[in-house]
Amino acid sequence: MSSLAEMLPALLVAVPILLAAVPIVLGLRFERTGWSVAALTTTALTAATVYLAAAVYETGRVVHVLGGWGETADRPQGVGIELVADEFSVLIALLVTVTAAGVLAYTRVGGPRGNTFYTGYLLLIGGLLGLSLTGDVFNMFVFLEIVGLATYAMIAAGDGPESAVAALKYLILGTMGASLYLIGVGFLFMATGALNMDVLGEAIPLVAEEGGSDLTLLRAAFAFIFIGFALKVAQWPLHTWQPDAYQHAPDGVTPVIAALVSTVSAYALGRIMYNVFGPEFLTATPYLTEIVVTVGCVSVLAGSTLAVIQRDVKRMFAYSSVAQFGLIVAAYGLVTQTAFVGAVIHLIGHGVIKAGLFVAAGVVALGYGARTVDGYAGLAEHRPYTAGSIAILLIALIGIPPSAGFIGKWYVAVGAVEAEVWPVAVVIFLSTMLTLAYSARLLEKMYFTPAIPVESPHSPGPVAADGGTDTGADDHDGATALGRDSFRRGSPDAVSIGMLGILVVIAVAAVLLGFAGGAFFEWLEPFTSEVFTE
Amino acid sequence: MIEGTLDVLTTRYAYALMFVLMGIGIYMIIANENLVKKLIGVNLFQTAIFLFFVAVAYVEGGNAPIVPSDGSDPGLMASPLPHVIVLTAIVVGIALTAVGLALIVRIYAEYGTLREDTLREVRADE
Repeated sequence: MSSLAEMLPALLVAVPILLAAVPIVLGLRFERTGWSVAALTTTALTAATVYLAAAVYETGRVVHVLGGWGETADRPQGVGIELVADEFSVLIALLVTVTAAGVLAYTRVGGPRGNTFYTGYLLLIGGLLGLSLTGDVFNMFVFLEIVGLATYAMIAAGDGPESAVAALKYLILGTMGASLYLIGVGFLFMATGALNMDVLGEAIPLVAEEGGSDLTLLRAAFAFIFIGFALKVAQWPLHTWQPDAYQHAPDGVTPVIAALVSTVSAYALGRIMYNVFGPEFLTATPYLTEIVVTVGCVSVLAGSTLAVIQRDVKRMFAYSSVAQFGLIVAAYGLVTQTAFVGAVIHLIGHGVIKAGLFVAAGVVALGYGARTVDGYAGLAEHRPYTAGSIAILLIALIGIPPSAGFIGKWYVAVGAVEAEVWPVAVVIFLSTMLTLAYSARLLEKMYFTPAIPVESPHSPGPVAADGGTDTGADDHDGATALGRDSFRRGSPDAVSIGMLGILVVIAVAAVLLGFAGGAFFEWLEPFTSEVFTE
Repeated sequence: MIEGTLDVLTTRYAYALMFVLMGIGIYMIIANENLVKKLIGVNLFQTAIFLFFVAVAYVEGGNAPIVPSDGSDPGLMASPLPHVIVLTAIVVGIALTAVGLALIVRIYAEYGTLREDTLREVRADE
């Protein structure tokens, strides 16, 4: 393939980070250029990722060695930092670019709008792409921190003072996570003298075979790295930053963060577990897979249970994320090919579904004024398209076929049966029940509970579009009614066609992905066969 | 057993100190109610890791890893790679501290307190 494909991994990382400065510079002269710059960049990045994916499909993995520090006679392999595009990383890069471009359709009208916000947005996308493409464990730490920094700043872009507190909490815990990961990298370096993932992947089985104190170092390295990522991916009981961060972040930011940040961290964990340590090390180390599976399973149960008792919709979805990522971590711990593919599918599927649900939460808050589960009463009657999309996304989240949520859980469950780890199969069943419990609450409110009339002091009334109560029929009166019972009642005018459009597109995508299970399996085949047949 | 531990402590005391420092950092993050001190705890925690990397790179009797301009063999050198890593990690740490302090300034402007327990009370009242 051409040299363009080889340049692309570096460009995908560098371009958004460099262009992040443009909104600020242009902001000196023009007021609202941030959105256009971000939209152009993310669209171009999406096109570039598709091109890169095509190149990977044709020729296998594409490696870019930064600064031309490639392998020569006097330089051993893995001295330079490598960016690697293979079947696994390109898939995640595609999710990142497509979601980033899609969510912009929401932020244009619903957004945070400042130019600096889009600077943070582009930095975040650059960091996420770097995190997915890097082939070097220390480089991964740097990108983890870039992603973290951009995320903290974007969460703090919220209006309320709570967003700053949530961001600081995330900053302290996120830094701890990344630092623990760095200690793990230090131990890996001590044991093997390498930082490149491929070199580490070859060196670790040799060190493990030799045994002794270096093997102890490797095990300690895995422990630190796993706990670091458990913090970043928000596994119970290290999840406490996540509900606050998701709830208090601006509505336009939550979809990106929920769909991408933890997803790419979970991807990075998978890459370290399977590419660096390798299945052999995972299964040979006593209690390792048991611990990973237990952490995942406990997160599934705790996250789902906590989601059931939430009143705030965004918080409920946040706890649901804890549970879904628990499923992915548990699948990693099964160490079978089917479960691994299931985890990857669930990563993508959950990313798409959660992006949709948080966009929906933003649309409802803006257009219907509801943020709590009770506030969603009567949504189906007044906002049929929004309610329909939420219903489809919730059904996909539960895992009713055909949907993205179903195939992910299905493959993980099949993998659990293959590995004969029955508790995981039971936990998947229980998690489906619990997901049904909190989804059904919302579905019941939207479709079967009539909207509460305006007179009721503590709840929102159905003023907006077809208002028609004695307070007056048009939206303006709706806005005054809001001041009266101190509840912000949204109006449908606040919701643009782009916002509704992206919501419907995501809902359709969540269903269509449900038919793509076999395609995912085939696409990942070269990667998984290499990892699992060593 | 005790002799072995003593042996490790005398030859690898840098690693032991690093974990002590790390523990102090974590304790500050958890136990201190003051947000600025929490952030100092994060910094201490990170610094411990930086020192750990520097200690890893140490080679007994090694020179600074600089190749002389005449190209002659510099002999035994300390490993330069961990030093470069620490340099990068320090830059990342500074950026984190800056963002953290900016957030703390905003929290102080909104709530008028830096203490977490007071903050919890203020937020519970709202």
